[in-house]
Amino acid sequence: MATATGLESLVDQYISVITNDGRNIVGYLKGFDQATNIILDESHERVFSTKEGVQQHVLGLFIIRGDNIGVIGELDEELDASLDLSNLRAHPLKPVVH
Amino acid sequence: MLFFSYFKDLVGQEVTVELKNDLAIRGTLHSVDQYLNIKLENTKVVDQDKYPHMLSVRNCFIRGSVVRYVQLPKDGVDVDLLHDAARREARGG
Repeated sequence: MATATGLESLVDQYISVITNDGRNIVGYLKGFDQATNIILDESHERVFSTKEGVQQHVLGLFIIRGDNIGVIGELDEELDASLDLSNLRAHPLKPVVH
Repeated sequence: MLFFSYFKDLVGQEVTVELKNDLAIRGTLHSVDQYLNIKLENTKVVDQDKYPHMLSVRNCFIRGSVVRYVQLPKDGVDVDLLHDAARREARGG
């Protein structure tokens, strides 16, 4: 059945989280619950700007509350390593407006 | 319940999910749950130049609460069937 779209398959994977305030946080998914609260290990925030390349701020072990989560993407580590982040320019993501 | 059942029938189709932060992601519908959280496979952001934030993401989980629209293929749905189901749900629900 196409039900139970759990995050189980993403545990211990390298993921990219887009939060409701428009931030992009990358790390290893360690745990989650029904409310989509998640535990992210070795996390860092990727700050996009139109003026300079992508900046990475190291955060460490984090819990992100489910209310604040928009998208959880499974990062292809190879693809991700091939990205030239220092030359990537983009507007930061917009915050979610309900 | 109606839309949950409806989306279950759509699994395998290619859809474009537009989020409340204006990001639009196209992909194959993999699964859906009671909260209408959506899992997409083979994802591609619609405007990749404007939103390079998910360039290395191929599969994603989208929280139901951030979805604005789910765009479907024109023949992806039996409109009459859906119309009937909605009418029944409105009457009985």
